[in-house]
Amino acid sequence: MKQHIIFLYFLSLLLAITSCREDELVVPTEYDIIPEKPDSDSQIRGFYLVNEGNMGSNKCTLDYFDYMTGLYARNFYAERNPDVIKELGDVGNDIGIYGSKLYVVVNCSHKVEVMDAHTGIRCGQIDIPNCRYIRFYRGKAYISSYVGPVLIDPDAPKGAVYQVDTLSLAVTAKVTVGYQPEEMEIVDDYMYVANSGGYRAPNYDNTVSVIQMIDFKQVQQIPVGINLHRIKKDSDSKLWITSRGDYQSIPSRLFVMSKKPGYNKMVVTDTINVACSNLAIRGDSLYYYATEWNNYTGSNTISYGIIDTRTKKVVSTNFITDGTEKEITIPYGIAIHPENGDIFITDAKNYVSSGTLYCFTSDGRKKWSVRTGDIPAHLTFLPK
Amino acid sequence: MNLSLHKSLLLILSIIVPCSQAWADIKPDTTNVLTEIVVTAHRPEVEVIPAQRLSGDELQRLNSNSVADALRYFSGVQVKDYGGVGGIKTVNIRSMGTNHTGVVYDGVELGNAQNGQIDLGQFSLDNIEAISLYNGQKSEILQPARDFGSAASIYLRTRKPDFSDGASFHTRLNVRFGSFDLLNPSGLIELKLSEKITASLSAEYLTSTGKYKFRYRRVNPAGELAYDTVAVRENGDINATRLECNLNGQLNNGEWNFKAYNYNSERGVPGAIVNNVWRRGERIWDTNSFVQGGITKTIGRFSTLNNIKYSFYRTHYVNNDDKQIKVDNLYRQREIYLSSANEYIVNSWWRIAASYDFMWNTLSADMYDFAKPTRYTNMAALATSVSSRYIKAQASALLTSVHDRLVGQQAPKDKAVITPAIYMALYPLGTHDLSLRAFYKRSFRMPTFNDLYYADMGNSKLNPEHVTQYNAGLLFSRSSRGFLSSVRISGDVYYNKVKDKIVAYPKGQQFRWTMLNLGLVDIRGIDLSALATVNPITSLTLSLRLQYTFQRAIDVTNPSDNYYRDQIPYIPRHSGSAVLGMTWRMWNLNYSFIYVGERYNQQENIRYNYTQPWYTSDISVSRDFKFSNVRCRAMIEINNLLSQDYDVILNYPMPKRNYRVTLTVEL
Repeated sequence: MKQHIIFLYFLSLLLAITSCREDELVVPTEYDIIPEKPDSDSQIRGFYLVNEGNMGSNKCTLDYFDYMTGLYARNFYAERNPDVIKELGDVGNDIGIYGSKLYVVVNCSHKVEVMDAHTGIRCGQIDIPNCRYIRFYRGKAYISSYVGPVLIDPDAPKGAVYQVDTLSLAVTAKVTVGYQPEEMEIVDDYMYVANSGGYRAPNYDNTVSVIQMIDFKQVQQIPVGINLHRIKKDSDSKLWITSRGDYQSIPSRLFVMSKKPGYNKMVVTDTINVACSNLAIRGDSLYYYATEWNNYTGSNTISYGIIDTRTKKVVSTNFITDGTEKEITIPYGIAIHPENGDIFITDAKNYVSSGTLYCFTSDGRKKWSVRTGDIPAHLTFLPK
Repeated sequence: MNLSLHKSLLLILSIIVPCSQAWADIKPDTTNVLTEIVVTAHRPEVEVIPAQRLSGDELQRLNSNSVADALRYFSGVQVKDYGGVGGIKTVNIRSMGTNHTGVVYDGVELGNAQNGQIDLGQFSLDNIEAISLYNGQKSEILQPARDFGSAASIYLRTRKPDFSDGASFHTRLNVRFGSFDLLNPSGLIELKLSEKITASLSAEYLTSTGKYKFRYRRVNPAGELAYDTVAVRENGDINATRLECNLNGQLNNGEWNFKAYNYNSERGVPGAIVNNVWRRGERIWDTNSFVQGGITKTIGRFSTLNNIKYSFYRTHYVNNDDKQIKVDNLYRQREIYLSSANEYIVNSWWRIAASYDFMWNTLSADMYDFAKPTRYTNMAALATSVSSRYIKAQASALLTSVHDRLVGQQAPKDKAVITPAIYMALYPLGTHDLSLRAFYKRSFRMPTFNDLYYADMGNSKLNPEHVTQYNAGLLFSRSSRGFLSSVRISGDVYYNKVKDKIVAYPKGQQFRWTMLNLGLVDIRGIDLSALATVNPITSLTLSLRLQYTFQRAIDVTNPSDNYYRDQIPYIPRHSGSAVLGMTWRMWNLNYSFIYVGERYNQQENIRYNYTQPWYTSDISVSRDFKFSNVRCRAMIEINNLLSQDYDVILNYPMPKRNYRVTLTVEL
């Protein structure tokens, strides 16, 4: 019968096609060889880089570079931890090493992933809603979170800083700070938290919260500038704080806070007249870059520079000296090698494709670059 | 007599007959032409390139929840399906992008000036009689100017009362239930109000918890199980109602219709499944209401088709997730549409037409600093067609001019674009059994209100996104009374170019984007389809529908991008479907298979973005019953028979095997 033939033909076609689908593999690690000579005197073993991944893509990945082997391992987490369901998570936001542990803050997975710093093998996770940045102090990890306890105004909850015991990985305390807190820095037993208020646009927060570490209480909120983001201390215990502005009439700015001699209170002493998206400090040099969208030209204006932290003056308007900055679409992360002063800049490109990590010598010449995951952003060095 | 057999025969005839008789209808005798217009309002015989069409029983038996599901059986179509009963479903035809697809509901195009996308998951198949897909435009000349505008068009036609059986009252009750706690009752009443006026009222209610099990399983390269987890999809619930009222009337040498439509839904937005997040708190309320009316009339050699529409679309979006930013936004869209299309038959082989449309769109939102845009669109089209025994051709040009007005902001410059199209079919045998066809078309899409004005993401400097299409193909169709009662084979090759594609571009800070005209896509594709019906014995009919699509759609924007010349996201190189239907006496068995080949979920074609092929088998069995006047049907469907775990969109898992039962009573 003809219809039987058609049906048999069809079945065989079906079977031929159905052979196409395979078992889904755990995402494998890829390795690149980096032209970097191992330095046996160095105390740095390597570094980890967190790729944020676009929101909803679950493509937060971890890359690792090892100075001993010269191998760059792309997407390192999933292969080391194949049994973790849905891998590292959605939108990485920060990374830090404390003791023998590596911490990755995964913003949209509402957790901090904790791994052994040398093997990358998972040892637990800390569930913190909408977590942003992590810092360490005296055996405790401190994680800023956009959502604190919903108490006063359920529509606009203030943020919080969570205190986590680094041995038990349990939340031991939390303190309510300003709206949508970002980075933190600790100076002389006080923690300073940059509040952004990003969920309240156009009514951004403009304060730095001061937390007294002895009893973990917020003691003060100091007005600095709107939509604060980064906060870093220099060798002189001054704080360098960035404001993102309102993306319209108020531009991004860099502020300096320090204590007057004889007083224990930080006050805003300077406003540096540059836009600043991110910064890294080594010695007396503050390396910064800024990406600002210009509505008029319909493009991003990108700038790089170095500020002398003692004089608070811009001493260079480009720390990349060989013209490589033209290759960088969107600088997104910055780090300085603590020993040799190599400058690391990540390029996030269009946010939805592989980025690039650039390594420059301390005098701004490109040493090498490597393909990363999506939105390479946060880098931390692994001691030997 | 066997009713369903008759129906399917009629269905097949309805596809074949217009093609094979088309040229014969165009005779010098004008009165003859006029009669033809009165009898078939849809006049498919005028088309140069016929549509892909699914209709009647064949459509009802395809295991489909919505119009979007049914469109998966058309070649050249990729459906973006976020999963579940309430999940958003949009279509992308020939890789040109969702915003280039026009969806016409009973003669008037549906609009969404806010985001330019029609969620076809909202349109149930309950009252749909036919779905037609035209690449480029519907190639007839008497149509609204707006219909000349899209790069691809989907026409949805609802059931129209037919009282040729002598009755003056029809009713149909339908209830579907099954997996996902689905309950979907619907009813239709048709009344013959007078010799010339009929009315119909259709109502539908849909409820589902949207809960389904899905599974993620991974193995390591050694073949050992890495993880294997089954979870339940949450927050995918839906409650929806649809009310539709139609009035249809006959005139001397013409007809008129009026429609009132209301759709209301409350849905959970299931969201992406990512590490540590299995449930989200987003919800959307949609209200889509419109009234539209149309009148066609023929006076001598002159025909006119006039439409008017008012629509109101309200979207209320809430994010209740206490871990995220609280959002509670209300958007209101309004549209007024007027159209007049006019055709003049110059002589037996030549027709000319002119049409003019005016459209007014507005969007308001209770958001800070919202621009409240109003858009005035004027569209004028000129078209002409010639036909003879060996050739049929048509040329058209559409002028679109767009003027936007904003509150508290400088509006962008007015835009005016002319887009031409040429359609041609050759009949080398002098009959319509075999036709060779080709078309060239330019079209564009305006940036949507979201693209231009949405908070700080919009970019009011955007230009329209342009598409140029070239297509060549052939169609062979034949029907006879013998064993092989009908066969229809078609093949097309095409080349499309999308210029100034509107893409999201980062603004430097986390999660901050803007829209830019940045993108050039080069699309080459092949569509093949075959349809055959055989009658091996008297009461047995077998029909087979096969469809295959090849698409190479590559990004050629910038050679320095690391995705340069890579296949664009979510477009498979190979995709296809097969539908096998078997009707025997009162029984009907339908098997459908869909295959979508490997794709990449982002621009770069690398391992990390690789998405596996998926293919599902669906089966339905139905049995018709007849008790005097009352016709009943019971149908059982099994979808995803082999229970494949797949994602159409990354992190949006699709349901495993699921079931549905449909009971229909018709009087």
